[in-house]
Amino acid sequence: MSKAFDSKQIGLFIASGIALCVLPFVVGGALGNSWVRIVDFALLYVMLALGLNIVVGFAGLLDLGFIAFYAVGAYTYALLGSPHFGIHWPFYVTIPLGALFAAFFGILLGTPVLRLKGDYLAIVTLGFGEIIRIFMNNLNAPVNITNGPQGINLIDPIRVGAADLGSPINLFGLSLPPVYLYYYLFLVLTVIVVIMASRLQHSRIGRAWVALREDQIAASAMGINIRNIKLLAFALGALSGGVAGGLFSAFQGFVSPESFSLLESIMILAMIVLGGMGNIAGVILGAVVLTIAPEILRDVIGPLQMKTMGRMLIDPENARMLLFGIAMVVMMLVRPEGMLPSKRRKAEFKDAKEAAAQKG
Amino acid sequence: MDIFFQQILNGLVLGSIYALIALGYTMVYGIMGLINFAHGEVVMIGAMVCITVVSTLMHSGVDLPGWAIVLIGTLVAIPVCALLGFVIERVAYRPLRGAQRLAPLITAIGLSISLQQIAILIWGRNYIPFPDLLNADTVSIMGASITKLQIMIVVLCLVLMIGLLVVVEKTKLGRAMRATSQNPAVAGLMGVNVNTIISATFMLGSALGAIAGVMVATNYSQAHYYMGFMIGLKAFTAAVLGGIGNLGGAVAGGILLGIIESLGAGYIGQLTGGFLGSNYQDIFAFMVLILVLIFRPSGLLGEKMADRA
Repeated sequence: MSKAFDSKQIGLFIASGIALCVLPFVVGGALGNSWVRIVDFALLYVMLALGLNIVVGFAGLLDLGFIAFYAVGAYTYALLGSPHFGIHWPFYVTIPLGALFAAFFGILLGTPVLRLKGDYLAIVTLGFGEIIRIFMNNLNAPVNITNGPQGINLIDPIRVGAADLGSPINLFGLSLPPVYLYYYLFLVLTVIVVIMASRLQHSRIGRAWVALREDQIAASAMGINIRNIKLLAFALGALSGGVAGGLFSAFQGFVSPESFSLLESIMILAMIVLGGMGNIAGVILGAVVLTIAPEILRDVIGPLQMKTMGRMLIDPENARMLLFGIAMVVMMLVRPEGMLPSKRRKAEFKDAKEAAAQKG
Repeated sequence: MDIFFQQILNGLVLGSIYALIALGYTMVYGIMGLINFAHGEVVMIGAMVCITVVSTLMHSGVDLPGWAIVLIGTLVAIPVCALLGFVIERVAYRPLRGAQRLAPLITAIGLSISLQQIAILIWGRNYIPFPDLLNADTVSIMGASITKLQIMIVVLCLVLMIGLLVVVEKTKLGRAMRATSQNPAVAGLMGVNVNTIISATFMLGSALGAIAGVMVATNYSQAHYYMGFMIGLKAFTAAVLGGIGNLGGAVAGGILLGIIESLGAGYIGQLTGGFLGSNYQDIFAFMVLILVLIFRPSGLLGEKMADRA
């Protein structure tokens, strides 16, 4: 990034900054607060997807258990900030703590699977995610730690000084409901994660990850410490997963193992793949589209059926997931490099296609 | 001691079902080097189709013995699943042959989700009971009890596995399959139609999966749209444990995993002083999987693989 920004780019930055700042008012005014909430979730998913993108997109380590780190962050916040144990630590302690725990679990998972690649790695990480979920589901007896399938209730909202993000705040005569307040908090953190991810990508570490992804043996011959660089990818990916988890916990006020199913891991992976693996803009786009599109479908499918057929033929939830599954297949067949592919990946796909054409 | 033998027997029943499903994974892996993530869903569809046929027959008032009704149900489920296996290969794998490894994985997961949702559309979200048609009398062996149905499951599994081995080792189709798994390009030059062989492999594995699905449904007396996920994952673990790509390994791995799991579930309470209970049963499969992949990635009976795991 040696080149200075030109005035056009600066203009674009300022414009998009302003757009992001007024977004909740536009969305909230036009569609209501429930949609602001969905936008908040989109930001959480952007953070998650960017975290997973470090592991899968940059380092090429296929991780199907990423949601476990989200869960670790969420449960850390929930246990240390709810009446469950009667502990009410402030968020600036619990969220970093949750992130650190998640990073620790990332290394814990990363160490045994250092030698694995591809599908094997996918299955083991999937198993790891399930183990974490099984423990959350069952650690309510004989000592009640996680409260089992019922989950943990009444989690503290985030409090900054005297301001409590869990209840509306009056600012210049404007009453801002919690969804707006969390939007700005999430926005700030998302921007931090985006900057972190893009700085990492263009750093020495990011180049080492690319080398690792392309050819592990060659990378190690070039003097890259494969073990450390892989563990770093797992830890940094898990770190942002953990932060997102803590925020989710505070935002939602409730966590249960159900939120951390395999399907969520797959969803986040799908965001990356559909958006354009390895490309930060693509991943953000994928996360936003895959969070918003199902919600639109939820609002559309039901009424559409009532209008055209006069009755509900397919349960909207069912139809939504079916479309999601089909979309995953179709996307892979039609445009496997994603909506906004990274330059490098695009070139790879082109090479592969040409090679296949020559062969066939 | 009583618990011990009882758990071994339970494990044997569970393990032979795992083995049957693991064969489906390992055959596909042997030929294409890919994990068929949608295989668990094939098992689920097999169970569901069989239940539908069985309950339709019962409601139509046909006067047939219980085993015949189940047999008819299974005979319907087998071609349905074989066709499903064929379609899965055509849709999710064939267009992506030679593409990046991640692409077929994603299409398979997408298909898996779609199949689950289709199952919800057809059969609903609830557990579907399997009608009580088969002989559930218990037999006592050395102080442990096992139902006649379970004995039948184990015997049938063994017969099917031996049958598959014969097909792979002795028939022309089997020889073509082995040739394709060694080197598809050369097999093609020798006059093997590689596409047909790959389709046949998917269909054969899916047919076995259908039978396994019926077995799961009869053994637990129920089926559910999500049942394929966990059982598929465990069968995959079994295949890895035995050495993926190796048929004998899948059988050994399946039975071993079944026994490890039931012994683990039986003794975990004692081992941890009551802290962890049998509700942790599902953890063992994952533990085994992780340990195998760390210490012996080629599995118990697998050949050393240079740069795969």
